[in-house]
Amino acid sequence: MIDRDELLHVARLARLALHEDELDATAGELSTILGHVAAIEELDLEGVEPTAHIGDVSDSLRADHVRPSLARDVALAPAPAIRDDGFLVPSPQGE
Amino acid sequence: MAGGDLEPVIGLEIHVQLRTATKMFCGCALGFGEPPNTRTCPVCLGLPGALPVANAEAIHYGLMIGMALDSELAPVSTFHRKNYFYPDLPKGYQISQFDLPLCSGGKLGEVNIHRVHLEEDAAKLNHAGASGRIEGADSSIVDFNRGGTPLAEIVTEPELRSAEQVGEWLRLLRTTLRTLGVSDVNMEEGSLRCDANISLRPVGTDQLGTKTELKNMNSFRFIERGIRAEVERQRAIIEAGETVTQETLHFDPKSESITSLRSKEEAHDYRYFPEPDLPPVVITEEMLARAAASLPELPAAREQRYIETLSLSPETARVFAWRAELADYFDAVCAADQSLDPHVAANWVTELQGRLGDEEAEDSKVTAAALAQLAAMVVSSQVNQGGAKQVLDQLVAAGGEPASIVADQGLEAVGGADELAPIVAAALEANPELTERLRSGDMKPIGVIVGEVMKQTRGRADGKEVTALVRKQLGLS
Amino acid sequence: MAGDIQSLSATAAAEAIANGGLTRSELFEHYRIRAAADTLNAFTWVADVEPAPVDGALGGVPLAVKDLFCTEGIPSQAGSKILAGYCPPYTATAVANLEAAGAAVLGKTNQDEFAMGSSNENSAFGPVLNPWDHSRVPGGSSGGSAAAVAAGLAPWALGTDTGGSIRQPAALCGIVGLKPTYGAVSRYGMIAFASSLDSAGPLTRDVADAALCYRHMVGRDGNDATSVVFPEPIETPTAERLDGLTLAVPTALVDGEGIEPGVRQSFEASLDTARSLGATIIDCEIPSARYALSAYYVIAPAEASSNLSRFDGVRYGLRVDESNLDAMYTETRHDGFGAEVKRRILIGTYALSSGYYDAYYGRAQRVRTLVARELAGIFERADFIVTPTSPTVAFGLGDRTSDPLAMYLSDLFTIPMSLAGTPAISIPSGLSEGLPVGLQICGPAFSENRILGAAHALEGAIGFDGSVTWGGAN
Ligand SMILES: [Mg+2]
Ligand SMILES: [Zn+2]
Repeated sequence: MIDRDELLHVARLARLALHEDELDATAGELSTILGHVAAIEELDLEGVEPTAHIGDVSDSLRADHVRPSLARDVALAPAPAIRDDGFLVPSPQGE
Repeated sequence: MAGGDLEPVIGLEIHVQLRTATKMFCGCALGFGEPPNTRTCPVCLGLPGALPVANAEAIHYGLMIGMALDSELAPVSTFHRKNYFYPDLPKGYQISQFDLPLCSGGKLGEVNIHRVHLEEDAAKLNHAGASGRIEGADSSIVDFNRGGTPLAEIVTEPELRSAEQVGEWLRLLRTTLRTLGVSDVNMEEGSLRCDANISLRPVGTDQLGTKTELKNMNSFRFIERGIRAEVERQRAIIEAGETVTQETLHFDPKSESITSLRSKEEAHDYRYFPEPDLPPVVITEEMLARAAASLPELPAAREQRYIETLSLSPETARVFAWRAELADYFDAVCAADQSLDPHVAANWVTELQGRLGDEEAEDSKVTAAALAQLAAMVVSSQVNQGGAKQVLDQLVAAGGEPASIVADQGLEAVGGADELAPIVAAALEANPELTERLRSGDMKPIGVIVGEVMKQTRGRADGKEVTALVRKQLGLS
Repeated sequence: MAGDIQSLSATAAAEAIANGGLTRSELFEHYRIRAAADTLNAFTWVADVEPAPVDGALGGVPLAVKDLFCTEGIPSQAGSKILAGYCPPYTATAVANLEAAGAAVLGKTNQDEFAMGSSNENSAFGPVLNPWDHSRVPGGSSGGSAAAVAAGLAPWALGTDTGGSIRQPAALCGIVGLKPTYGAVSRYGMIAFASSLDSAGPLTRDVADAALCYRHMVGRDGNDATSVVFPEPIETPTAERLDGLTLAVPTALVDGEGIEPGVRQSFEASLDTARSLGATIIDCEIPSARYALSAYYVIAPAEASSNLSRFDGVRYGLRVDESNLDAMYTETRHDGFGAEVKRRILIGTYALSSGYYDAYYGRAQRVRTLVARELAGIFERADFIVTPTSPTVAFGLGDRTSDPLAMYLSDLFTIPMSLAGTPAISIPSGLSEGLPVGLQICGPAFSENRILGAAHALEGAIGFDGSVTWGGAN
């Protein structure tokens, strides 16, 4: 149901490394689960609208009022790497 | 495809930072130029457990933009998640709009609008050079101050045909947005950013060529130059019988070169789905009424008003109306002296702007009151055109009041026939040969006589009046 | 005195403090010592000292909080290695509301990683043991909270329920668990699993405690756009009868594959008890229920795949150092997430990806509409839908870890209500093979007061004795 290439593509989208020794087992597990959830293909859903949100929230907007921001050291405290008051990361390629 | 003329097909995607007090989905104040990472909170840092709440004012601004662009406004608008990984995107997705944008369709000037939607801006990535952490590797530093700034993304139909048209239309868009007061629309500071989709096709067909996307051009000049360069690049490829590759490109204004942004072509799959954290936004009658009441006079209406009630020429009306700063200045000149003929005021504003180039009149040393005074002095023949232009040069250079400049420098017009007649007579007497030719009907030398009079009056005489006096004294009509 | 303290429900303890019969420090210290001596692996963090007291109706009663809730300056790790040691700069609204009402945070409880699981075996901090039988699972994902309350390590606890994560562990541990109407309790500060399904609720010894805790959790929160105003105050349940009430039983669903005979028996006994209290039992059908599980296992992973993208090694949590950005991302997430979380991220990414969206996510959302519609139809004829909470009693540690699908079936009876966003409670209905069985009572949106009332009446008549585990022996 899901082959290695598809699995690698999905893992790439999800930025999840899959090591060589994990590929076959993962593809098998996913295929089993997808096979099960494919049951929904049996249903006649003609004319049934999708539900993306439960319940009615009419007034969900926020007034444009400033609230205090975090102190910078608090914002940076949990970061794995910082430099010059910012979050340090390897550079994206091609930039 | 190589035969026949090729025409560019250009569509624009414009990202406009909205001038709200707070970010799109959190209460952080917008941050421009503050020290890095001082305008963040759990929401805009994408901390675990944090949730977005949409800014009502951003929706309001979005509705104003939609109304100004004649768009259809959605009765219910939803947010979607656009999923991809990048260090400037803290949640791994951008909250944007997908199938139910706030505004659909519309028109500005001659260009049709495809849609306008709201989304959040990315954070800022700064290059950090080689990292100390990992030997030899390049690093970046992320500053989340900008992350979450509300953006309106305006997408045009692919209807623009030239770099010049793009430049002119973008100025109209900028004027419209500035007039609305929804954005600073400053390209250099990044509050207005433009991407262009460009392809070529044989003239007269509606064939779709392969398009490229020119990203992140940050000035009107670069946009025009970038588009021109890309059109020429594609033309060369097609005329050489080769095919254009679909890719994202960067225009380097320094070298005028175009480079591909992504070395390895990766198909994007953004996995859009409805943002479960944000209920659909219901656009109420109250919201529409408030947006409508907030609309100022827009360029198109102003253009119409200039033509219909001030009877400016269509060209002048458009030039002023599409450049709000200029039109505001023109309005101020008219207001400073209400007896002034708007035509005269318009001529002097045009004269001034010609001397200023890119600088805005309102930022120059010439106040609207000064320009109005100068124009009025010309109308009442206190100073002639030539003298007035000298005054204007001085105003541009150093400011001041026209009346006192005229007085200080003795630029008053030489008043009437009584004062001029002897000077004309003297000039004719001093040039008997030319006077003879004039008398015999050869009018060519009249310019020399007028020039002589002007020289004697140091330009303060009125040329027409001098000509009339010459003819009169020679009995020519 | 210690035995007396241990026997007090949270409601009784709050009263004792209000009356001066007990000091809040005595109470806190009593539970702090017990929680610190936890042998069930129910806690991932226990307070060293009593928090500064806050006056309020909850009178300083200690509260165990599932680790999915952010608590300022206190580890909030969601059962994940990727958040090991992470201390947030803010506190979740649900917790803050309870603290403002006087509750004192006692500790953080273990859970399935990012609330994905039904056994609490998917925790980076190890499995939690069921207090009734240490060789069995406590259920999940709020297993630590359920075990802590059932073992008397905390008077009550907060949990979260996405597909059954409060109700199922409550059932397997012999306590009460309430999953509220979607939106009634703010999700702000609750580390997201599946945003359109997640709800926070109490796990308690009895129904009155559930009502007391819940009363101080509900409320519209400006930080959660999906939160709603609860239309009425949450009352203290006092009902002793069910006269005039109709309970609907989805017989075909309940009798489906996988239900243990002992669970079925206990359920039948509960129905008899309900009849004896004056209720009418009718049959009902939820035809889409068997598809609900499939829809759930599309919607929840899809939302989770997006919600978990923020764990990228940039701003907090684990990072695997790599010189290349993509390698940093992919290896960080490879090492930081456990197997079940990775499975669901992949399933969810697949279900949302180009070419598959309509077949999976799109259809699942339509199934969701059907489920909600069918439940609403039943609530026109009946006051409540009742089912066993779980088809089985607590299963053995490791029994289902190799079969994700079998594990997913644990949530068969709880998932329809999650999809519909409607409230449901699980109360103990008796024992099977010496292990607790749960009864689920479900009502329409905002029917919590009525659900709590019915649950209170049944609880009294059933007379389940939970003190076997929370009485002191652990
Ligand atoms: Mg965009
Ligand atoms: Zn913020």
